[in-house]
Amino acid sequence: MRVVILPSVVLTLLIALPGAALAQDPEIQALRAAIDELRADYDARIEDLERRLAVAEQNATQANYAAQQSVAAPTPVSSGGNAAFNPAIGVVFQGFLSGVEGEPGEEEGFAVGETELIMSANVDDKFTAYLTAALALEDGESELEIEEAWVETTALPAGFSARFGRMFSGIGYQNARHMHTWDFADQALAYDAFLDGRYVDNGIQVRWLAPTDLYVELGGEIMQGEGDPSGLGAHTVFGNVGGDVGTSHSWLAGLSHLEQDSGQRLDVAHFVWKWAPDGNWRQKNLVVQAEYLENRDIEKNSGWYAQAVYQPVPRWRFGTRVDAVDLEFDDPRRFSVMLDWSNSEFSRLRLQASRSDSDLGDDSAWTLQYIHSIGAHGAHSF
Amino acid sequence: MKTLTALLLLGLLPLQVSADMNIFACEPEWAALAQEIGGDLVETYSATTALQDPHYIQARPSLIARVRQADLVLCSGAQLEIGWLPALLQKANNRKVLPGNDGYMEASSFVLRMGATTDVDRAKGDIHPQGNPHIQTNPHNIAMVAAALSTRLAKIDPINSEAYENNLNRFITRWEAAILRWEEATLGLRGKRVITHHKSWVYLLSWLGIEDVAHLEAVPGIPPTAAHLSQLTGQFADGGADAIIRSPYQHAKASEWLSQRTGIPAIVLPLTVGGSENATDLFKLFDDIVERLQGVCGDA
Repeated sequence: MRVVILPSVVLTLLIALPGAALAQDPEIQALRAAIDELRADYDARIEDLERRLAVAEQNATQANYAAQQSVAAPTPVSSGGNAAFNPAIGVVFQGFLSGVEGEPGEEEGFAVGETELIMSANVDDKFTAYLTAALALEDGESELEIEEAWVETTALPAGFSARFGRMFSGIGYQNARHMHTWDFADQALAYDAFLDGRYVDNGIQVRWLAPTDLYVELGGEIMQGEGDPSGLGAHTVFGNVGGDVGTSHSWLAGLSHLEQDSGQRLDVAHFVWKWAPDGNWRQKNLVVQAEYLENRDIEKNSGWYAQAVYQPVPRWRFGTRVDAVDLEFDDPRRFSVMLDWSNSEFSRLRLQASRSDSDLGDDSAWTLQYIHSIGAHGAHSF
Repeated sequence: MKTLTALLLLGLLPLQVSADMNIFACEPEWAALAQEIGGDLVETYSATTALQDPHYIQARPSLIARVRQADLVLCSGAQLEIGWLPALLQKANNRKVLPGNDGYMEASSFVLRMGATTDVDRAKGDIHPQGNPHIQTNPHNIAMVAAALSTRLAKIDPINSEAYENNLNRFITRWEAAILRWEEATLGLRGKRVITHHKSWVYLLSWLGIEDVAHLEAVPGIPPTAAHLSQLTGQFADGGADAIIRSPYQHAKASEWLSQRTGIPAIVLPLTVGGSENATDLFKLFDDIVERLQGVCGDA
């Protein structure tokens, strides 16, 4: 740096001394102009070098910072998923305040719903395990119900995985969804009628995912079933396809079949469409979802629901659902609307109103529901 | 059942056997970096775009299908993708890319993360205990991830290790020259003060010596409230900040509202590649960030 500055000083001295006396001489004037130009040029270069010095100093700070970093982060630690605590533990609190008009005897007043206790962790490099226990009050008595308790492989090749234990079956769309992820306070009528809410059983599930850009999943289960408690009295097969349309739309469709030795045959078709402008889910989104269930036992019955839930601005959603079942003795239909508010992804308050029509009479019901979760909370599937 | 078979066949049609290494990047900046280091040897896919908030992504079937085929999953980490990536990994049945294996890499593990905390009280909002995950806004961080990525690619695909190293060296030479250029150009921005929508810019601001004086979100991850905004209006009524910064995926309303009442200019900065018309690659991303900051805070 000093080397550069010195010639500049020398040049300044050179022109400053003889300058005044010989100003008339054109040759000297030309010389002076040339020197001025040179000086301006040097000044600019000095300024440039000074700036570079400042940058170099900044870089030295950065290098120091980088050196610290290599000390601070010597071994990359994986922080994927819920590995922060082992096992990851979460609790979901749910409750209802509800009222019914028209039909006496229905549940009314304040009720604490299922409190879900969720624990999960990788067992080792080849297995992962998951437990959901539901704590509930039934007729004033505390009940602990094991909803799911399964172990799943993580190391099978060729796109396969196997799950064993007690699990929500992979049939349909709504079946495997935990209650806290439901968009309405209650289950669709068809699920209540044909599966007593959902199909949960003990057994083995195998899934295979195709190595294609279009999502193609095939799966099957062998379950204990309703009959012989020591036997394998039920099996299912299911297939799902899905994909995106542009960046704003995505969809999932599937067919599934359940067969029980006790005689039940159930087919389910489902379809889900999700939309968010530019795929930016946070700001605005719409989910349209429908399922059709056909149940053959002694009689052939069917049921369906269709629903749409719209989030116009962050935190607020409203939705509507129509569900119906055709049974031999009755064919109830229900229309529901809901509005919910989520302060964060861990809390939700919902107001729902329903109107049911059936041969047994019409009734209107309303529900105020809360869903709050603490602790580790697993990622939600599509 | 017939329909199911038809659908299945339809799904198998686009089955292509590709020799290239498949890289599933959670964010566009890592897809762009993987392309720089992997060159022709890799196929990159970005799970998100610059217009999407990477905290809130649906675990879509299309993403599961991509993870199923990936040789490497490259994400920011530090819990940025905690709401969706675990669901993709669980459904994708691809053992190569599960955490702990060579096929899984979190970029934020290779840099010094700012704001790591042991205070995980959720009353304080969307807390990332492992530190702020938006590490890509400091180009020195990108250089460190580039080096780690080159090493990782060489480990997964040793035959081409020399190519990855050459690509890295070429990239670093160009990148360091560019960093020098950006740092020269932004010397005048040191000491400027900005208000940001979310804490997405801490690495950029500390790199450039710009002060982060306030956030539009009173609590991280919870949308700006009217009460907090009107408090900011009072606080910054007589200036006190040079710009209000937001990302393309954040709603304009809050920053425009504050800007109108305080006269502090509100700007959008691309948070990643594709976040603005000009930010078409990593170099142009920082060119654009520097240009936009100079446009609003520069003395010229």
